[in-house]
Amino acid sequence: MANEPAPAPPDEHDEDDDPGLPAWSLPADAAGRIAIGVEWPERVTRDWAFGGSTGKGVRVCILDSGVEAHHPAVGGLEGAIAVVKDEEGELEFVEDTEGDLCGHGTACAGIVHSLAPEASLFSVRVLGAGFKGSGSVLLGGLRWAVDQGFDVINMSLSTTKRHFADLLHELADSAYFQRTVLVASAHNMPVESYPWRFSSVISVGSHEETDPLTFFYNPNPPVEFFARGMSVEVAWLGGSTIRSSGNSFATPHVAGICALVMAKHPELTPFQLKSVLYLTANNVGGGGA
Amino acid sequence: MTDLRAAVAAGALGSEESYRALLQSIVEVARAIFGARASSVFLHDEAADELVFEAVAGEGAEELIGRRFPSSTGVAGWVLVTRQPLVIEELLEDPRFAREAAESTGFVPKGLMAVPLLHDERALGVLEVLDRPQQAAFSLQEMELLGLFANEAAIALDLLQRAREARAVLEDEGGEGAALARLAAKLAELEPERREAVDRLLEAVETLLEPPALDDSL
Repeated sequence: MANEPAPAPPDEHDEDDDPGLPAWSLPADAAGRIAIGVEWPERVTRDWAFGGSTGKGVRVCILDSGVEAHHPAVGGLEGAIAVVKDEEGELEFVEDTEGDLCGHGTACAGIVHSLAPEASLFSVRVLGAGFKGSGSVLLGGLRWAVDQGFDVINMSLSTTKRHFADLLHELADSAYFQRTVLVASAHNMPVESYPWRFSSVISVGSHEETDPLTFFYNPNPPVEFFARGMSVEVAWLGGSTIRSSGNSFATPHVAGICALVMAKHPELTPFQLKSVLYLTANNVGGGGA
Repeated sequence: MTDLRAAVAAGALGSEESYRALLQSIVEVARAIFGARASSVFLHDEAADELVFEAVAGEGAEELIGRRFPSSTGVAGWVLVTRQPLVIEELLEDPRFAREAAESTGFVPKGLMAVPLLHDERALGVLEVLDRPQQAAFSLQEMELLGLFANEAAIALDLLQRAREARAVLEDEGGEGAALARLAAKLAELEPERREAVDRLLEAVETLLEPPALDDSL
């Protein structure tokens, strides 16, 4: 009995044989194991980052007022759900048959589609259940979207309730660690609102130029990037088009650009993606190529 | 004592009208500065969860005050829920919006600017400016100006709500509180000599209302 080989270690010890990737610290002999699977050129260019990309294979979630799926500028949806409250006030996630209750979600979907025409779009409607409790609907919608593992979540929404800030912060971090990029509209008023102020999301304000691919890194955060948000011709209700302004239109421009980069470089983490955005921003040297 | 009386009176009774006037003045100035056709402030009625026209300048001013809408649909609802401003410069062809707008404003605007009224953590309502002249594309500078007006309107709306709450509390107290506030308001308006006389009378009433002192000789 004593000479018998020791029983095989249980499954949880398997990682001793295959150390895998270090998580909480980096032992001296482990440096080789965190080689990054991205070959960085000497200079990161837009051509390298998203040249030729159509966003194919990338799933983008539009967390907004709903989306008019058959609008010619949207080009169809992968799916659409609405976050509603039942009689007891509990959240329910139901298939959305109402489309868009404002026009804004359709506008955002149209912008993403114009930049990344082969990205798949999904609508999560968090509007229409009344203003009361809209914070929990927003939070529930975002949690649902993060759980689905979308590649990009476009949210032109924020809350001023500090009560929701901690929960939103946790959700934004969960998204960040599971490779879901949250792109959120910054406020253009001196107001404390969330989640755009969190560093785990990509926050976007407006510039006044007309090129949809022109974007700037802001060296003076919390707003991190500026994209096209003024006088944008956007899709609206009933198959229509309107001209509209606001940071909420700058946001889907960056979401669309993220979709282009992620389609070409699916291995990128949100941190790396943000770095690519930085390196290809017009004021950092990526504007040309 | 006089300051306190004036404060109670101002907080409870006269102020509601003043704050409404302030709000009205804000929408009038906003309309004038932007050269717009109309401007309005919607208050979010928490109990009914609806948006209510609270002040209107320009077209539709007379008949719109008090009119109500769902709190989370349409442009104003989107702005309230998302806390993001939204500027529509040119409605090229949106039949649904045109109908909704006509119902809510009495005319079909070519464009509108809507901005949330935020005070501390709360979203109190929405400020809208309709049909600004479109000589040039909307600018970030105008967006900033709109934000400044919104800040002013949010403070006025907050004061108006507080005054209404104060009045509601007084009315809930079986009318006695309201009667006292009315007395205080009248007292604050009196000539100094008459006020002194009333002060003396009130002191006497106060003495009468004191609980009887315990006789410690027993």
